[in-house]
Amino acid sequence: MNTIIVSALLGVVMMFSGIFTANKTAIRNVAIVALLVLLGVNIAATYGCCNLNIDVKNMLEFSKFGMFFNSIAIFSTLMYLVLSGSDIVKVGDNAAEYFAIIFFVLCGVSVLSAYNSLLMLFLGVEIMTIPLYILTGSDKKNLKSNEASLKYFLMGSFSTGIMLMGIALMYGVNGNFGIAFDVPAAGSPLQNYGILLPLGLLFIFVSMAFKVSAAPFHFWTPDVYDGAPSVFTSFMATIVKAAGFIAFIKLFETHYFQLQASWKMILPLVIIATLFIGNITAVFQQSVKRMLAYSSIAQAGFMLFALYSNNSFSKEGILLYSAAYSLATIGVFAILIKMKDYTFEGYNGLAKTQPVLAAANTIFLLSLAGIPLTAGFFAKYYMLTSVLQSHNGFIMVIIAVLFAAVSVYYYFRVIQSMYFKQGDAETSAISSGFKYGLIFLAALIILLGIMPNVLLQYLYF
Amino acid sequence: MYSLLLILIPVVAGLLSFFLKEEKTVKGFTLLASIATLAIAISSLCCNKQIEFSATWIPALNSHFSLSLNGMSKMLCLLNCISLPIIFTAIYKNSYKNAAGFYGLMLLMQAGIMGVFLASDALLFYFFWELALIPAYFLCSIWGGEKRIQVTFKFFIYTFVGSLLMLLGLIYLYLQTPGSHSFAYNDFLQLHLSAKQQASVFALMFIAFAIKMPIFPFHTWQPDAYEQAPTPVTMVLSGVMVKMGIFGVIKWLLPIVPLGVQSHSNFVIILAVIGMLYASLIAIKQDDIKRLVAYSSIAHIGLMCAAIFTSTTIGMEGVLVQMFNHGINVIGLWIVADVIEQQLGTRKFSELGGLAQKTPTLAILFVVMCFANIALPLTNAFVGEFLMFSGLFKFNIWFAAAAGVSIILGAVYTLNMVQKIFYGNTVAQTENAIDISLNVKLALVILVIMIITFGVYPMPLLNLVR
Repeated sequence: MNTIIVSALLGVVMMFSGIFTANKTAIRNVAIVALLVLLGVNIAATYGCCNLNIDVKNMLEFSKFGMFFNSIAIFSTLMYLVLSGSDIVKVGDNAAEYFAIIFFVLCGVSVLSAYNSLLMLFLGVEIMTIPLYILTGSDKKNLKSNEASLKYFLMGSFSTGIMLMGIALMYGVNGNFGIAFDVPAAGSPLQNYGILLPLGLLFIFVSMAFKVSAAPFHFWTPDVYDGAPSVFTSFMATIVKAAGFIAFIKLFETHYFQLQASWKMILPLVIIATLFIGNITAVFQQSVKRMLAYSSIAQAGFMLFALYSNNSFSKEGILLYSAAYSLATIGVFAILIKMKDYTFEGYNGLAKTQPVLAAANTIFLLSLAGIPLTAGFFAKYYMLTSVLQSHNGFIMVIIAVLFAAVSVYYYFRVIQSMYFKQGDAETSAISSGFKYGLIFLAALIILLGIMPNVLLQYLYF
Repeated sequence: MYSLLLILIPVVAGLLSFFLKEEKTVKGFTLLASIATLAIAISSLCCNKQIEFSATWIPALNSHFSLSLNGMSKMLCLLNCISLPIIFTAIYKNSYKNAAGFYGLMLLMQAGIMGVFLASDALLFYFFWELALIPAYFLCSIWGGEKRIQVTFKFFIYTFVGSLLMLLGLIYLYLQTPGSHSFAYNDFLQLHLSAKQQASVFALMFIAFAIKMPIFPFHTWQPDAYEQAPTPVTMVLSGVMVKMGIFGVIKWLLPIVPLGVQSHSNFVIILAVIGMLYASLIAIKQDDIKRLVAYSSIAHIGLMCAAIFTSTTIGMEGVLVQMFNHGINVIGLWIVADVIEQQLGTRKFSELGGLAQKTPTLAILFVVMCFANIALPLTNAFVGEFLMFSGLFKFNIWFAAAAGVSIILGAVYTLNMVQKIFYGNTVAQTENAIDISLNVKLALVILVIMIITFGVYPMPLLNLVR
């Protein structure tokens, strides 16, 4: 509860901070401090310290899992602001508002990690996505940004409509908005509920698949990610996406999971389609930014395995995956933003001109590809193990690892450009603070890759 | 403690050498580090019992950082430790741009390979298996030949696909262990899987090992990668790294999924024998020293693979001995290839000739190594090949006969190479050749001494692996 309230309040504080000072660096620093406060509040709340006791009529439920995810999301945002904060203020004149919006998104994230009612799910999704429409279009004079924003808004509201429809149907089945409901007893199949239940589930499934950009509902992703200012793409592709997954999993892990018959057939198809489209299309991209958009689809395919297997492994796995994927992607984007040229050729010879950037970028890309010694390996490992443990996905994991091998192709293309090709990659001015930030992030990823239990043990304390 | 030091020294020294500036210092430092590792490996030989090291690593997965050093891994670690000082000595006069990076990555690669030989925890094994590859990838892609980027990438992707499939096999085994699952090698040994389970685990893991060895038809990455890689890296790749594949089969497949191995043995031996003949035939046609040695290496590895799958004790002994000896021989051949290329700027037979008149020492040493390459008696390779062929003979006489043809072919291409490079009239390229310098001489003499010693008296090696 604290996290939701404090993040909303801090959003308002950020909004007004623009009135008191026009110094953009100061605003950025305020935002970083505010995030630290938020992180502190969330961690304190995780351990039951100074929790505001508000009767939420059981519409929200604060689990350790959800709170822990909040911590990951807030920490990732912190890293994001530290690395890319100075680029956020360059997007436009309203620096304070961008930070305010980011806090509102975090508010939506913390609602999504705690909802216990379809109504709160809807609210959380909306609180999270409406600010994103604004961020996507924040580069007002850029036509591509405008187009992306409009596209995102239209597609987003369309999927929200479908979600509302689904929620309405589920309400018809249940008589309330709770996500728990009487599961039809085994053997007495869904027919008892008529068409409402399967249709309602399907609608919610489709709209959630849209939010996490799973194929075939991914078409908005490349254009929006490409069109949005790169700093905000970084935010959308990481924290927001991971939150979407947490919401997705929370919905389908307990009661909905038992209704397997109505959606479990669709899921494998969606996973394979997502892996296929994400990976294969990423191979053909010429722009690193667009490649990252498709790679985010491909990674979503892997994260969907958590939904597919749904056991204790997969819950730990999705947390690790969110952390590994978010941190690595934030790092890759932070470097991308500094590049003058977003094509693969633009990276040629980066190892010569900026060795620290190139080395850190290599570690982030290795992590995304899932090479051992990086956090990405254990993320993928947990996903594969969870599927193998659920005893019905041998073919699925083989397909998954083959696509993981495909993903090496496009991630390593960047490494090849940086290290093996001649050229002098141009970057904007790099501060030494930025370099230390990258080194810290890379060290964190390697630490998680050697000792994943550093992160996961907090789940049990 | 020995086992931990064997990994720690190269890792630490490798990381440190990145920060050294002077090329001379880097060379001296890395040479010393590799000699220190060698000293540890030799002293571990004196310890008769199995050397273990274990520490908790990831409690949630019940995985331990556990290393063990026994007969076979002692021998392979020794090979790994011997190879680097010899390579560093032989290339002492060469210069590489960004030497710190080059030598540092060489040491890290050594550490990764060492970990593969030592790990007795499946997850750790997988970790090292991949980690050995990353430095190799950078070494080949930065310091390699013209087509280095594509070729190395092909090599990387091939190996990565294989190792991911192996990871699935290992996870599958992990999930079969009782209780709260475990990655420990000893727990894997106690699994009782049905024949069908064993067959599928075998298929998953063998692909990884087959790609690494490489066995026909997974070999296509190998000649290109060996040719394009900088020669010192090729030495490690073909001398030591390919042994990872054979080692994997012997340690992680034979005892754990014996039924899977048995049911596939005919199939694998046929592939291996086809590969031997195919590679030998292609080797005859080559005009490049590196490519020729690469193909000859496929033929030799094919014989080792076939001998493993005969499931005969005698064949297995042959494989173990031959793993060491093949490493020694092939490194020697690469050193000569490197010397010739560095001095004369070409590796093509058609541009060489009559080198023996100009460089008599090199010629003598090279001829001894070529004899070892064809496994003539009194050279080290003879012992291993003899044992392997008798194993193959016991298993199936026709396989042995077919594989035997490759010995003849081996003599054809190897002697052909000697003749074209060292005999005949000198050509323009070789007119001004000078004999090898002291450091190369030292490296080659050590190798030749080992070739002859283990050829005449192979007992120490056999005792080690028994």
